[in-house]
Amino acid sequence: MMRVVVIGAGPAGMAAAHAAAGAGVPVLLIDSEAKLGGQYHRQSATDGTEKFALPDGVEYWAESVVWAIEPIAGGHRVHVSTGPADGPGRVSRSVNTAALVLATGAHDRALPFPGWDLPGVVTAGAAQALAKGQGVAIGQRVLLSGTGPFLLPVAASLVDVGARVEAVLEANTVLTGWLRPGEESATTEPRRGGRHTARALAERDTTSRQPGKLADWSRQLSGAVTSPGKAAELAGYLGLLARQRIPYRSRQAVIAAHGDDRVEAATVAKLDVNWRVVPGSQRDVEVDAVCVGFGFTPQLELATAVGCAVADGFVTVDISQATSVAGVFAAGELTGIGGAVLSEHEGTVAGTAAAIALGARVKRPSKALRHIRTGRRFAAAMAAAYPVRSGWQSWLSDDTLVCRCEEVSCRELRSAVDEHRADGVRAVKLVSRAGLGRCQGRICGRNVAELAGLPEPGSAFARRPIAVPIRLAELAEADSPQAKPAELADSPETDSREGTA
Amino acid sequence: MRVTVDGVEVEAASGQTVAAVLLRLGRVSWRTTREAGRPRGIFCGIGVCHDCLVVVNGVPDVRACQRLVGDGDDVRTQHGAELPS
Ligand SMILES: Cc1cc2nc3c(=O)[nH]c(=O)nc-3n(C[C@H](O)[C@H](O)[C@H](O)COP(=O)(O)OP(=O)(O)OC[C@H]3O[C@@H](n4cnc5c(N)ncnc54)[C@H](O)[C@@H]3O)c2cc1C
Ligand code: FES
Repeated sequence: MMRVVVIGAGPAGMAAAHAAAGAGVPVLLIDSEAKLGGQYHRQSATDGTEKFALPDGVEYWAESVVWAIEPIAGGHRVHVSTGPADGPGRVSRSVNTAALVLATGAHDRALPFPGWDLPGVVTAGAAQALAKGQGVAIGQRVLLSGTGPFLLPVAASLVDVGARVEAVLEANTVLTGWLRPGEESATTEPRRGGRHTARALAERDTTSRQPGKLADWSRQLSGAVTSPGKAAELAGYLGLLARQRIPYRSRQAVIAAHGDDRVEAATVAKLDVNWRVVPGSQRDVEVDAVCVGFGFTPQLELATAVGCAVADGFVTVDISQATSVAGVFAAGELTGIGGAVLSEHEGTVAGTAAAIALGARVKRPSKALRHIRTGRRFAAAMAAAYPVRSGWQSWLSDDTLVCRCEEVSCRELRSAVDEHRADGVRAVKLVSRAGLGRCQGRICGRNVAELAGLPEPGSAFARRPIAVPIRLAELAEADSPQAKPAELADSPETDSREGTA
Repeated sequence: MRVTVDGVEVEAASGQTVAAVLLRLGRVSWRTTREAGRPRGIFCGIGVCHDCLVVVNGVPDVRACQRLVGDGDDVRTQHGAELPS
């Protein structure tokens, strides 16, 4: 039987693998990490244990990065490289499938500010991954700055590994609104990103409205609060902050980092409702690390390579998590930022639908579908409560880097736009070099698009033939895309190992 | 297991990333940028930003946050754009 191929072993991908295998269809699960879990369930990498068990019928390729996907007749060919990250001796393989589940997750969004390129300034997710996976604290005196409830588990993990968290700075208003619905409805600006784009579902769901009006918003929030797990998790974090005497401040942010070869201090300022600095409110705090997280950006590269329709920066899916491309499903943060539980339910639906696409006969996953409906209301409420507001642009000085890879300053970006009339992603890239570096615009794309006032969203930076940089020698050895046109029917084995390094 | 960091032998554990080994040694940066020669270390922590590049066993441009250490690995600071040695 043909296999379902799942890319990403986070909550969404693991659930998809379970669901497809439960429907009697063999699964290949591929993930670049050494252990299962993705971001939310990141396991300690060093303690030699494994928390998760995969059911029979699931083959799992760890330390395997998918670097390209190409269409073939009746499906897709997935190109995988297995072995030590960025090492020269990795094994290249490709596998064909008629049912592909993309569950590649997201990465933190960081906003630029003077000094954000100093060592010791990291994303909140980096601090989290180091603490959970490696038991390492990024610093001893740490400031957390950004927006959204994700800052709280990061503070908890930092405390766990012995760091002193000086403060958690929330650029919007602290989320007691979670517990007291209707406290604030500060959606004076249209929200960018963060919105769930599974229109098919949203439209069917009459209780889900565009956030913005207080009444709607508090109704959505009461939906959120009825999720007891969330409320308990939140209460747990707030209790921890109180016990550790960690201040949790609204409308504040780190707006500059200082130091010669590493961060030694940070300027904290009060912000107005649009995140402009309140004059005279700046103060310097001595720290050895600053962690920033302004929401998440989905890892769209593979989805874009396959040609999946994207709206508002997220992959568009229907009620069965099917993307616009036949035989391709998407689940988890890729389709909207909604947390681990929603990701998992979406994975269940995607895995079931993928199995059905290969001929399995199974029941509708009604429970998961129901949870997805409430989960998306919760996600919409969160996105409305924690938008990124345009005032961040005023934190930058002329020589603040906007593109870290190519070291492009704010001044250079402005000159590309004003003097060279670069008015689209392509032109801005070519004139300023922003987004042309090794991260391929993943870190700077959304910020550059906003700063330059581009008509395209930041996700337009995600168009690339090779999703993940691989070494030239590997490319030469691999069965390169389009080199050998193949028919899906040609390889009943589905797994054709192509050359070992 | 033992690995060498800029010529000095240090102890490391299986499952550790190169970045974790370096951070535990108190290092926050292990690369300089191509243009301005500025120091960089870890930033995104999950393989996305390519800020954490390091030379491992003579091969440059290895993401320290993604690469797990192997016994006897030779880890070196990367200066700007380097060619494999
Ligand atoms: C660094 C980080 C830490 C986080 N920690 C927490 C936390 O502690 N608590 C919390 O509530 N939320 C956390 N989040 C939010 C988190 O994104 C979600 O809650 C949840 O993990 C999303 O599940 P997912 O299955 O969509 O994606 P993920 O869990 O992100 O899983 C995606 C998986 O796909 C793999 N992958 C991506 N691209 C490829 C490729 N090309 N080839 C092979 N594999 C690939 C990744 O390695 C990853 O394992 C974190 C997010 C980030 C970025
Ligand atoms: S820290 Fe971003 S790739 Fe390693």
